[in-house]
Amino acid sequence: MKRIFFLNRHLTERLGFGLLTLMALLTVIPIVGVVVYIFVQGAPAVSFEFISGFPRDGMRAGGILPAIIGTLYLTIGTAVFSVPLGVAAAIYLAEYASDTGLTRLIRSAIINLAGIPSVVYGLFGLGLFVLFLKFGTSILAASLTLSIMTLPVIISTAEEALRAVPQAFRTVSISLGATRWQTIRRIVLKEALPGILTGIILGLERAAGETAPILFTGAAFFLPRLPGSPFDATMALPYHLFVISTQVPEMPVQVQYGTALVLLFFVLGMNLIATAIRSRARAKRQW
Amino acid sequence: MEKTLNWREFIITRAIKASGYSAIVFVALIFFFLLREGIPALVEVPLSTLFGVRWYPIEEYFGILPLVTGSLIVTIGAAMIAVPFGIGTAVFISEIAPRWLREVIKPLVELLGGLPSVVLGFLGILVLSPFLRQFLNLPTGLTAFTGSLLLGGIAVPTIVSIAEDALDSVPHSYREGAWALGATRWQTIWRVTLPAAKSGVLTAIMLGVGRAIGETMAVMMVTGNAPVLAIHPGSLFAPARTMTATIAAEMGEVANGSAHYHVLFFIGMILFIISLIVNVAASSVVFRARKRAERVLS
Amino acid sequence: MDKIVVENLSLQYSDGTESLRGVSLSIRAHAITVLFGPAGGGKSTLLRCLNRLNDLAEVKTVTGQILLDGENILDPKIDTIALRRKVGIVFARPVVLPMSIRQNLTYGLELAGEKRRSRLDEAVERSLRLAAVWDEVKARLDDPAIALSGGQQQRVCLARALALQPEVILLDEPTSGLDPISTGKVEAALQELKKEYTVILVPHSVQQAGRTADYAAFFLQGELVEYGDGKTIFTAPKEKKTEDYITGRFG
Repeated sequence: MKRIFFLNRHLTERLGFGLLTLMALLTVIPIVGVVVYIFVQGAPAVSFEFISGFPRDGMRAGGILPAIIGTLYLTIGTAVFSVPLGVAAAIYLAEYASDTGLTRLIRSAIINLAGIPSVVYGLFGLGLFVLFLKFGTSILAASLTLSIMTLPVIISTAEEALRAVPQAFRTVSISLGATRWQTIRRIVLKEALPGILTGIILGLERAAGETAPILFTGAAFFLPRLPGSPFDATMALPYHLFVISTQVPEMPVQVQYGTALVLLFFVLGMNLIATAIRSRARAKRQW
Repeated sequence: MEKTLNWREFIITRAIKASGYSAIVFVALIFFFLLREGIPALVEVPLSTLFGVRWYPIEEYFGILPLVTGSLIVTIGAAMIAVPFGIGTAVFISEIAPRWLREVIKPLVELLGGLPSVVLGFLGILVLSPFLRQFLNLPTGLTAFTGSLLLGGIAVPTIVSIAEDALDSVPHSYREGAWALGATRWQTIWRVTLPAAKSGVLTAIMLGVGRAIGETMAVMMVTGNAPVLAIHPGSLFAPARTMTATIAAEMGEVANGSAHYHVLFFIGMILFIISLIVNVAASSVVFRARKRAERVLS
Repeated sequence: MDKIVVENLSLQYSDGTESLRGVSLSIRAHAITVLFGPAGGGKSTLLRCLNRLNDLAEVKTVTGQILLDGENILDPKIDTIALRRKVGIVFARPVVLPMSIRQNLTYGLELAGEKRRSRLDEAVERSLRLAAVWDEVKARLDDPAIALSGGQQQRVCLARALALQPEVILLDEPTSGLDPISTGKVEAALQELKKEYTVILVPHSVQQAGRTADYAAFFLQGELVEYGDGKTIFTAPKEKKTEDYITGRFG
């Protein structure tokens, strides 16, 4: 009787573990499958002409250079606004703020910003930047919109990186006659930099791949020339992929996959860089 | 040793403090703008129509219920997929997988989280939807269910990473105590570890679902965009339309200041409030758990 | 001859704990004054008041005065940066900054504006010699300081505090993690240092107090119980509580 009970428990465990392993595999294998599939289907389309030329024949042929450049511009624009503001806010939270109601309000505001649907950001961007401030459909409006969306990611990862620096360093620095800011600049920021950089890249990676926030704030379907000023609209990879896969009749499938592949390269490339920075920093750390 | 004012330090400190408050400013700004452009909808469109069942903007039918039910059915479907797979994978990573496997799976899940949703939507159109149409013998592959599958895939990384963190922070001594009492690892997971990580896991689910509700592109591309009231189970396998997709699809075509324009902002406001509720609920779960822990330890 | 005079100092933290109660004490220059007593006595708190490091902690109220060379350093108008250059501190755990040994030592000087290479190098050698660690590290000054042993790191921390040429050196249980040989080296260095500097030490054992003290103050639960000459207080204490602690009846 006892033996059967014993077997039963272990059998349950075997089955349970098997089920969970299956679940994990079912989660993970499609991810690999997606990337491989896009690569296989899209690689034939990606030639030098593809990434350096302009679209022809209603997007069905030619290259996607303006979309690539556009995404680049938008990413840089997002970085310009969100990085200084986000890092400064993280410094405030990690080094200056005490645990008051106001600080808790700031933190919940950050969490809320992180949870707002991307299309609502698009609406906000439309209402404030495009219409109210009259920037029009522009790289500027889209970058500002993407910046606010990216802010919570940068703030939370930067804050975590700053907090990871041992408190003892700050105490020692102050005891040697440094001001708070000198301590932050010379020691804390320097040691937290890789973590902050990783967070920035991950945040920008998300911004580069987003479509909804730029739909009404900066994205254009077709522009004959590259954008010349921040007040111009621009093509962008995610928006381009969206349009050619849903709104262009008789769109060659291979070109679609090629576009998706280029976007994937962009995004995954940033991911790899961020991971590389993170592991290299961990190895070189002097604490 | 008289103190002198260091101007540079003063300005920098002020700038840092101002940046700290910026998050509050932005949330307030977003809320204010949505309100400003959304409230007029309540005035311009009779309430019975606004909360009615027909969404047909061309003929001034602005009933948002089909959109709400569309979002609901797609999200519930996504949750039913993402929660078991997400928690299961998190448990697998944290409790079962050997170290080397963990280092392989975690980055892969992170990778999924980084995939642009438009790429997933794109694959949804070209691969998933035709497959489902054949496999399930449906008139079209662009259904709420397709959306749920994609959304599930999008929500899983969020659930996995937060839940895995929560499971990881359960003190190892809990598990060791259970093993010492003769429990199998399986029993330990379900009776000791998971309950101990309850608040974190709950937070993970809430934030994952929150992410699903807010997703736009993938659902817009695969759910068929038919604003039909989705109230019976069969609706899962029929086309539907979410609130997010509606805004994305129609905002480009509305006249600035028209009733349609205001209604879209009104829908945006609802989405904002939903995400606010989800976040407040998630924070209070964490807060109450912390209070409980403090009481236990003191 | 009194370098520091503490007058009726009381301190309360924001969580309500009263760390110091009406402490009055004189610290002689060019001597080692030892603050000893059981945990929670207020010794570390007093130490951190002496260079205003307590400003970083959640302090609710501070009353009384601390006169350094006649000037009250608790006055809000005091330049705490200059104060901390005058009063250096060594902590219980060796905390080397994440840089090379040389950079650890020049950190404070560079903050003070010293840029001349010659001056910096001279300060590096001088302080490392004073801390009795020069011979062990002179060949690897540009290596990361974290590569040193615990005892070496702690002496580098002492050198780091000395590099600024302070007038007072505070040491909060500096040898608590160190082996007896390293402890001996640090204690010997202190005997040398007291000729030029004023040394205030919180020892990690009564024995260390007995070995090193020129003057000693016994703290119990925030109050100064007894203060006296280093020789006599350990052999013939005046207060019963002091005697009970020294002989090990409580602690």
